[in-house]
Amino acid sequence: MAKTIEEINAKIRSGKVVVFTAEEIIDVVQEKGVKQAVREVDVVTTGTFSPMCSSGAFFNVKQPKEKMKLGGGFATLNGVPAYAGLAAADIYVGATAIPDGDPRNSNGRPGKFRYGGAHVIEDLVAGKKVLLRGGGYGTDCYPRKTREQMVGLEDMNDAFLFNPRNCYQNYNVAVNLSDKPIYTYMGKLKPKLGNAYYCSAGQLSPLFNDPYFRTIGIGTRVFLSGAEGYVAWPGTQHNPNAPRLKNGTPQTPAGTVALIGDMRQMTTEWLRAVCYTGYGVTLSLAVGVPIPILDEDMLRSVSITDEQLKAPVVDYSEFYPTGQGEAKLGEVTYKELKSGSIHIKDQDVPTGSFSSYALARKVAHHLKQLIQDGDFLLTQFQAPFPGAVIEKETAK
Amino acid sequence: MKQMKLVFVFPENIVEEPVTYHLIADYGVRVNILRASIDPGKQGRMVVELVGEEIQISQGLNYLESVGVLVTPLAKEIRHLDDRCTSCTSCVPHCPTQALEVDRESWNVSFDPEKCIVCFSCLEVCIYQAMSVEEQLA
Repeated sequence: MAKTIEEINAKIRSGKVVVFTAEEIIDVVQEKGVKQAVREVDVVTTGTFSPMCSSGAFFNVKQPKEKMKLGGGFATLNGVPAYAGLAAADIYVGATAIPDGDPRNSNGRPGKFRYGGAHVIEDLVAGKKVLLRGGGYGTDCYPRKTREQMVGLEDMNDAFLFNPRNCYQNYNVAVNLSDKPIYTYMGKLKPKLGNAYYCSAGQLSPLFNDPYFRTIGIGTRVFLSGAEGYVAWPGTQHNPNAPRLKNGTPQTPAGTVALIGDMRQMTTEWLRAVCYTGYGVTLSLAVGVPIPILDEDMLRSVSITDEQLKAPVVDYSEFYPTGQGEAKLGEVTYKELKSGSIHIKDQDVPTGSFSSYALARKVAHHLKQLIQDGDFLLTQFQAPFPGAVIEKETAK
Repeated sequence: MKQMKLVFVFPENIVEEPVTYHLIADYGVRVNILRASIDPGKQGRMVVELVGEEIQISQGLNYLESVGVLVTPLAKEIRHLDDRCTSCTSCVPHCPTQALEVDRESWNVSFDPEKCIVCFSCLEVCIYQAMSVEEQLA
C-alpha cells in the first residue's frame, strides 16, 4: 500500500499529517511493527548540525551610481578575499577563506585562525555590515576603479549560500597513531590513540536515513540553517559505490549533497562560524531533510539505529595525509562512538564529536513542527542522484 | 621589583583594621585594589595587585598573616559560555578532570567549575569559542 508525495502533501495541508523524527520513529516501529506503523506515519524528519567546509555564499552587490566591474578585479569582505571572476557585481565568499597576511601555521604553530569567510557569512546573517573593498581596471561601461563601503544584506540584490558539498553520508573516525599531537580538520588528536573524533549525527543524519537516495535527489526541498533550501545537485565527491552493510548503509564516507538557500531566511541559531586551532576557519550549518514514508522499505530505512551504522577508524597522522600505512584500523558503530569510548588496538580510546547531536535533534524537531503546522511541503525530486536505487525492493 | 595578584580575605574581627595603609606605609608595598567588598562587622574580600621589592612584599604578607588576613593567589577561571556552546562534545575527550561532561540522554554539555583545574585544554579545542579564561575577581 504505497503512498505518494502528493497524498502526503494533502495531509500536510489539511493538518492531518503524522510526523516523527528519525530518532522517535525507532521506538514507534519497535512498538507497532513496520506493517502497522507504515499505515500511520507519513513523514520522518532528519537533522544534523556540523561543520561543513565546502560551503560559501554568492552575493550580488548593489552598484554605486558610477558603476564598477569587480569581475576580473578583486574584492575583499572584512579583509577576507572573495572570488570576483564573474560578472560586474557577483562575488563568492568561501567559508574557509582567510585574510591575506593573517598569521597562520607558519607563524608560530598551531595557528589560531580567528576570522575568515565563515565569519563574514555569520556577520551578514546576524544583520551586521562588513567592509567591502573592491578593485577593477575600469571600462567604458564600468568606469569606477575602486570601491570601499560598508555593506549588509540590505546592500545586496542577492545573497545565497551555495555549498558544493554538505551532509556527508557517514564519515571517518579520526585517530592519531604517532607520538605527537596533531591538529586536523577532525580536531586536535592526541598521540598514541589518545582520543578519537567522529562527525555524524548517526541515526538522525539525513543521508543515513535514505541510503539509496530513493527520495533525496536534485530539487529536494530541505531545511538549511533556517531557510527553505534545495538540493541543487549531488555534492562533490558523491560516491554511491561505497561498500555497504546488509542494511544498505555505507561503511565509509559516501553520498553528499550540494545545497542552496537564501541567506536572508537564515539565522545565527542555525549557522555558526568556527575556528579549528592549527587547521583553519569553517562554517557549521543546520540541515534537515524530510523523508516521505512511501512504503515499508522507506520506513525500514528511517528506523535504522546507531547500533546498525558503522564508521571506519582512520589514522590522521599517517594514512590520511600520506596514503601510507594501515588504511583502516577498525570499524565501530555509532552506538559505540556515542558511548564515550571505543576499543582500538587493545586500547580504550575516549571519543568526542564535532557534529552536535543535541542540535541535530533540535533541527529534526523544528522541521517536524514546520510540517505539522503546514509550513513545509515535501517535494518530488526532479532528477535522481547517480547511484540512486529508486525501485529497489518495491518489486519484491 | 616583583608584581603579583592576590586575594585577601578578612575575618569579621579585623575588617576595620587599616591593613592597606600598613602595607603601604610600613612595608613600602604599592597596593593597587582591583576589587573590594568590605562591610564593617562582616567578612571582607579584596583583590589586589602588589608591586614592590621581594623582601618588602614577603614582610608585608607576614604582617597580613599575623593579623589574621587569609592570602591566596588570584586564580584564573574558565568560563563556559552557554550561548556559544553547541554541545558538539569536542571538548569532552580533552578535559582531564571531567569538568566538561556530556549527558548522554539530553546530549547537553555541562561545565563544573569545581572540577576544573584551569589547564586550558578546552580553549584550544573548542571550535565555537565557547570557553573563555577570566581572572577570578568575583
